[in-house]
Amino acid sequence: MSRRFTPKVVTANALIEGDVVWLTEDDRWTRTMSEAELIDDEAHAEIRLLDAQRQADVVVGAYLADARAGEDGPEPTHFREAFRTRGPSNYAHGKQVEA
Amino acid sequence: MYSYTDFDEAFVRERVSQFRHQVERRISGALTEDEFKPLRLMNGLYLQLHAYMLRVAVPYGTLNPAQMRQLAYIAERWDKGYGHFTTRQNIQFNWPKLKDVPDILDALADVQMHAIQTSGNTIRNVTADHFAGAAADEIEDPRPVAELLRQWSTDHPEFQFLPRKFKIAVTGSPNDRAVTKAHDVGLRMVRDASGEPGYEVIVGGGLGRTPMVGKVIRDFLPKADLLPYIEAVVSVWNLLGRRDNKYKSRIKITVHENGLEKIRDLVEERFNALRPEFGGVDQTLLKEIEAQFTPPAFVSKPTDAYEAARASNAAFRSWTDTNLAAHKADGYAIVSISIKKHGATPGDATADQMRVMADLAESYGHSELRISHEQNVILPHVHKSDLPAVYAALRDADLATANIGLVSDIIACPGMDYCALATARSIPIAQEIATRFDELKLEHDIGPLKIKISGCINACGHHHVGHIGILGLDRAGVENYQITLGGDGTEDAAIGTRTGPGFPAEEIIPAIERLVLGYLDLRSSPEETFLETYRRLGMEPFKAILYPPEDKANAA
Ligand code: SF4
Repeated sequence: MSRRFTPKVVTANALIEGDVVWLTEDDRWTRTMSEAELIDDEAHAEIRLLDAQRQADVVVGAYLADARAGEDGPEPTHFREAFRTRGPSNYAHGKQVEA
Repeated sequence: MYSYTDFDEAFVRERVSQFRHQVERRISGALTEDEFKPLRLMNGLYLQLHAYMLRVAVPYGTLNPAQMRQLAYIAERWDKGYGHFTTRQNIQFNWPKLKDVPDILDALADVQMHAIQTSGNTIRNVTADHFAGAAADEIEDPRPVAELLRQWSTDHPEFQFLPRKFKIAVTGSPNDRAVTKAHDVGLRMVRDASGEPGYEVIVGGGLGRTPMVGKVIRDFLPKADLLPYIEAVVSVWNLLGRRDNKYKSRIKITVHENGLEKIRDLVEERFNALRPEFGGVDQTLLKEIEAQFTPPAFVSKPTDAYEAARASNAAFRSWTDTNLAAHKADGYAIVSISIKKHGATPGDATADQMRVMADLAESYGHSELRISHEQNVILPHVHKSDLPAVYAALRDADLATANIGLVSDIIACPGMDYCALATARSIPIAQEIATRFDELKLEHDIGPLKIKISGCINACGHHHVGHIGILGLDRAGVENYQITLGGDGTEDAAIGTRTGPGFPAEEIIPAIERLVLGYLDLRSSPEETFLETYRRLGMEPFKAILYPPEDKANAA
């Protein structure tokens, strides 16, 4: 009946630096998307989002982003999320050089 | 230029100290993000895609060298060594850390700057003609009035919870370089029949989702009535403006929904009630402000060295042809420093470049700098005999690009490289267009052409008023770029018209190239500009160039 659920990751920005972070299965915030927990159950995704939103002293603006399973772990499906794994395209700043 | 009074100083310091405590409480967890967000926005701090962003107000685009050096210092100490000048004459720092922001705000306060009301539903930084106080065509320097508006609007108790943001632009010249017709209120100085200067008041302009050219609500407003009249406009909108739907909340929609006549009547009524209450205090204040904007002591000296350098140095001549504007004082020129080197990010300046510009302003420019809404930096008062030295210093700092007003002098908003609201990137498109036309070596032949790019419908890149406007959209998960033609941000303001279907990222540069090369064939003479050709011929020939029949066949 309902459409197939697109797998998700929980993502946010770190409170102090604003850097992009993802929630891991063991409840850490990682700066590398491939280490994130890929969630393919809708109910579980909602719970994980609530888990994330409770951590207001660590992250800002948690949300669920579409993702797919890649060779090394979750990968972005949309270009906005892909940019968030790298940083801006006009300078070598952000994750593309800090990772 | 205006110097803070003790009151201003105490006010700004107090706000920094409040924000320092708010940040501490946020970091300790005492404040949630929902509680903190409005507080940080009141202080110009946004969260973008990869980091926080601090938007610092440059009131009416005017800076002194000490302020420019402090911006350089902030860029180096707390950011990544550069700053981004915006279409609202502000500067944005793209990488501050939350814990450092109070220190940055203190550093700004040290040079009488702040980030207050650069966000939120308030009256934003008042913008002005970037040639203010210098332009040959100017009736009066509009900055004292801009400063008066700034003081009146800052923390104005009635206007801290407006239906939406409110933007005012002011120009002292009949030739509008401040895009006054695309602002909530635009003020354009004109003279009445007796030669008295006053303001044409324009209301309800704006770009964004519903672009509208502002309408004249008052043909001529005596200067002395300005503040009560503007207060009347804002307060009428404050009551009528819609708070139920943010897409319908700006004054342009209020004017559209109620009709200009009704708004005009309400404003006049309110104005008549308000005017006696001001009792002349605003005019006393204005007099004091005006005293701080006295023109510099212009000198008179020969310009032979300038003429000689023009004759002997082709690169210098080319730069003077494009980057200078007519100054009101004999022997002087207004210098536009392009921070749009081909392939660079429009509006970005490194800390070193900021210092060079500050030094030049100090040595040769009566210590004045301006930021233009076109994202360049202006030295408003340079004697022509000093231009060869200024040029040489700019060249050494990679700041001597001779492209003001040309195809590579592109306005581009930060787009999806930084902005959380973006639907596509704009910076790389600007970089590639500029690089391509530099390769073609045609830009001087093409002549005046304004390309403006926004990364979403909010139109911070002013694409609606670009001769060629480009809007980046997300079409089914792919970046797609829509073209508009015929926009104009001057006193003849016009909103551009969409050409047709958008182009994917890899096709937009060739499309722009086709369009501009096509114009070269269409123009009646080398003197006819792109905009003039478009106005003469209309959309059809340009459409035919953009969408050649074989492409249509392929696309099917
Ligand atoms: S136009 Fe859109 S993408 Fe560009 S800066 Fe404004 S909000 Fe961001």
